[in-house]
Amino acid sequence: MPKREQRRSSIFARRALNVGGVQLAAFGLLGERLWQMQVADARRYRTMADNNSISARMIAPVRGRILDRFGAPVADNRQVWRALLIAGETRNVRATLDAFERIIGLTPAERKRIMRDVFQQRRFVPVTLRAFLTWEEMAKIEVNAPDLPGVTVDVGHSRVYPYGRLLAHTVGYVARPNQQDVKRDPQLALPGMRIGRTGLEAYGEASLRGTAGVEQLEVDSLGRVVRKLSRQPGVPGADMHLTLDAGLHADVRAAMGSKTGSAVVMDVTNGEVLAMVSTPSFDPSLFNTGVSNARWHDWVTNVRAPLEDRSTQGMYPPGSTFKPAVALAALKAGTVTPKTIIFCPGYIQVGNRRFHCWLRGGHGAQDLHLAIQNSCDVFFYTIAMRTGMDRMAAMAHEMGLAVPLGLEVPGTQSGFVPTLEWARAHHQLWTMGDTVIQGIGQGFTALTPLSLATMAARIASGRAVVPRVVRTNVRKDAPMLDLDPAWLQEVRGGMWAVVNNPNGTAANVKLDIPGGGMAGKTGTAQVVNVSNAQWNAGYHTSKWPWKLRPHGLFIAYAPYDAPLYATAVVIEHGNEGATSAAPVAKAVMEHVLRRDPARRNTPLHTAMAGGAMTAEAAPAGTGAPRAGTMTGGRTAP
Amino acid sequence: MSLFEKRLLRPEAAGLGAKLWRVSWLYVLLLCLLAGVGYVAQYSASGGSVSPYAGPHVLRFGFALLLMLGVAMIDIRFIARMAWLGYAMGVVLLAAVLKFGNVGNGARRWLALGSFQWQPSEMMKIVLVLALAAWFRRASWERMGNPVFLIPPLLAVLLPVGLILKEPNLGTAVIVAAIGGVVFLGAGLRWWKVALLAGALAVAAPLVYQHLHGYQKSRIMIFLHPSRDPLGAGYNIIQSKIALGSGGVWGKGFLQGTQGQLNFLPEKQTDFIFTILAEQFGLVGSYAVLGLLMLITFAGLVVALRCRHQFGRLVALGLTMNFFCYVFVNLAMVMGLIPVGGVPLPLVSHGGSAMLMVMIGCGVLMSVHVHRDVEFDDAAEAT
Repeated sequence: MPKREQRRSSIFARRALNVGGVQLAAFGLLGERLWQMQVADARRYRTMADNNSISARMIAPVRGRILDRFGAPVADNRQVWRALLIAGETRNVRATLDAFERIIGLTPAERKRIMRDVFQQRRFVPVTLRAFLTWEEMAKIEVNAPDLPGVTVDVGHSRVYPYGRLLAHTVGYVARPNQQDVKRDPQLALPGMRIGRTGLEAYGEASLRGTAGVEQLEVDSLGRVVRKLSRQPGVPGADMHLTLDAGLHADVRAAMGSKTGSAVVMDVTNGEVLAMVSTPSFDPSLFNTGVSNARWHDWVTNVRAPLEDRSTQGMYPPGSTFKPAVALAALKAGTVTPKTIIFCPGYIQVGNRRFHCWLRGGHGAQDLHLAIQNSCDVFFYTIAMRTGMDRMAAMAHEMGLAVPLGLEVPGTQSGFVPTLEWARAHHQLWTMGDTVIQGIGQGFTALTPLSLATMAARIASGRAVVPRVVRTNVRKDAPMLDLDPAWLQEVRGGMWAVVNNPNGTAANVKLDIPGGGMAGKTGTAQVVNVSNAQWNAGYHTSKWPWKLRPHGLFIAYAPYDAPLYATAVVIEHGNEGATSAAPVAKAVMEHVLRRDPARRNTPLHTAMAGGAMTAEAAPAGTGAPRAGTMTGGRTAP
Repeated sequence: MSLFEKRLLRPEAAGLGAKLWRVSWLYVLLLCLLAGVGYVAQYSASGGSVSPYAGPHVLRFGFALLLMLGVAMIDIRFIARMAWLGYAMGVVLLAAVLKFGNVGNGARRWLALGSFQWQPSEMMKIVLVLALAAWFRRASWERMGNPVFLIPPLLAVLLPVGLILKEPNLGTAVIVAAIGGVVFLGAGLRWWKVALLAGALAVAAPLVYQHLHGYQKSRIMIFLHPSRDPLGAGYNIIQSKIALGSGGVWGKGFLQGTQGQLNFLPEKQTDFIFTILAEQFGLVGSYAVLGLLMLITFAGLVVALRCRHQFGRLVALGLTMNFFCYVFVNLAMVMGLIPVGGVPLPLVSHGGSAMLMVMIGCGVLMSVHVHRDVEFDDAAEAT
């Protein structure tokens, strides 16, 4: 039996070795084949891979445009020709660059950037040599193609902003993607791809970007296309439609003149923002190609901070423009009625502190209507004390102040109104004096021009409007506020008197239009405390250094009888609101009522007196070849 | 040996620690190395990223490795007892796939278990080896000469082969037949019968070709003349060969393969994964991977030769053949030596169910190795 077993096992061993031998031979065959392909025929295959073969090219998607409410592009694309280098298609990158430098020219900085890109990217991803080619340069490259292996001329799209600085803050800008962006979405490595960095360009990035297509090409040894084999076109980015009126923007910008600040114009019925200007501004197209260090340094050190979007991010003490909210809080709380009379002797004593009215000598007997008209501080000190901080804050929130409004522009601030709970949480000792100065919008409160415009719109329409700049298909009026219409009417009447009563604080900006004119409220917000000694000595803020002067504010809506538009204007360090912000607001209101964008489907053509346009307001004539847009003055599309 | 002696000599069940000690950790290390190669390949197939291929690859391998070690702990005699049951299950599943299976690429081969899809034909390869080994384990050389004795195992091979052909999946059917044939050979099939079978096949081949499906015929035609349809079905082979060949001796460098990275290669993370490696690491890398695959294959043969019972020997031989078939068919396919067949490269290609089956096979092989000295009632019997 063991003998039988032995025989069987030795036969198995032989058979297993036979099988192993066959397997070894098979592995040998594979090895031989690999040698044949990778050593003997390597050159042939490499040629097939590099040159005369089928090559796939990714086509960068065209970025979606951003259009104003009438369809005028405020962010557009123009065709550009650019020179690309595919490092994998040239044997010697340096030699190719030398040749390119001879034929077209390259600065050392460009060369450095190109070499860096070549090393960072994979060898078959094209690297941009020169982003904007002239016809002449293009012809030179084509003629010298044999000397420039790996260099191709490619048609691409470049972002242009036809209105330049005018909408820079809201629309934002695009820039070259960085390595992290590329890691997240490899198609950003394609030449010419840009990523939205700020404003609506950043907000809409996902839908604006689109998806890259793939083209299969047969190319010859110089990289020239022999024929197209297949094409998946990719998906272009979707256009974004705004509620803004670019023409109105130019007018508002012109009205701002050389002042630093912000103006926001809103439709009172649905919150559509029609214009949102922040000055000074910057040229967003500079980011497309890259901002020089000197310019960047200039921007960030400029005291007027041109990069800051004051409309949505500027936080200003509202000053007396906060009074309508205080008045509504008091009316709702019942701490004041339209008949309540408070005597203003020019100051009020709270404990050992004395709070002055802006009018030396005081206003005398004031009811709510007169107190708004005259912006009597003592009246509002008093009702603030009676109403309390929390009820004022609650009404401020109801007016759209210091609550998230959900505007599409990234980085939009809500603003801040203190509450007692906040004070407790932050170990602030809250005194009656703190409540008193909140009555005139000073102290901790800080609000954005956008939220002030929202308040004006809510008072005007009685609706809980929410500002927005991106247009959607559903247009519906905002729901009504949960407030007694009589209270609103009382405040509106006061605001009407501000402008239309000869004694009103802004009687200088009376607007002569049908429908009851304009209603408004001035505000002058101190940025430094005025000491009692200064007060007693008398002072003129206009003589102070710019940085210390109070901000001038004005909120308004019109027409009074049937409100359509609301605006908020903030002039940084503009001194009195009545003399700095109110005239701008008046001009803005005139423009918006004349253009009436909310009730039109096409823009008003006749506007834009060329002379009124400052250099900043003029659409940047970057030479967009788009038909019907701008050359010099604007011919409306 | 008499029944009496066997009872006396019955070895006490070896402890788990002792069994683990007997596992060939060198073999496990080789498998880990191969999975590491797979990780590198999947990482570059994803364009230099852990997702979506490389990360899951490692997780699956970790799981499969534990499963493999678990299988290796199972007593080989228990596996032998279960062999025919497993075979029956395999046949039932193959039949089920024909009735309920999911269609992919014009063939019905996939069976879904929840979200997990797998091919019962992969499992069939293992259970067929076990079943045949169980049949032949007591067959002496003399007995192998008896044609009647050979008829049942022949049917056992032909039944699954027929079912797989019906899916239709020509490549796998041939592989299953080859694996079965090797077990026959190891059991002592006479060479002249082997020659007879080969002759019969040669005669039958043209007949089979007549009954092939259109896509199978076109694969064979394109294999013979790839340039005929450069953007159609021949595209895969051409691009695969260009990728391989253009790698040269030293390769294009990690993540620098133009063919692989630019998506010329279809299904690059599955069947054509080897070309990604060959393009990036050249002949040096290809030979290194080939050498690794060869070591793993021959380690299986060593297990077969060192085993002291016939069942273990036949199982080890058959499973080695299984692994070899995966490797050879896949590599020969990407090099354009045989028609495109849909066979993955074990532990390198993307895909969980194939990896699981390969590792279960390795687990059974390890069980043979761990239990190489156990007393088995499979001594050769006379006719």
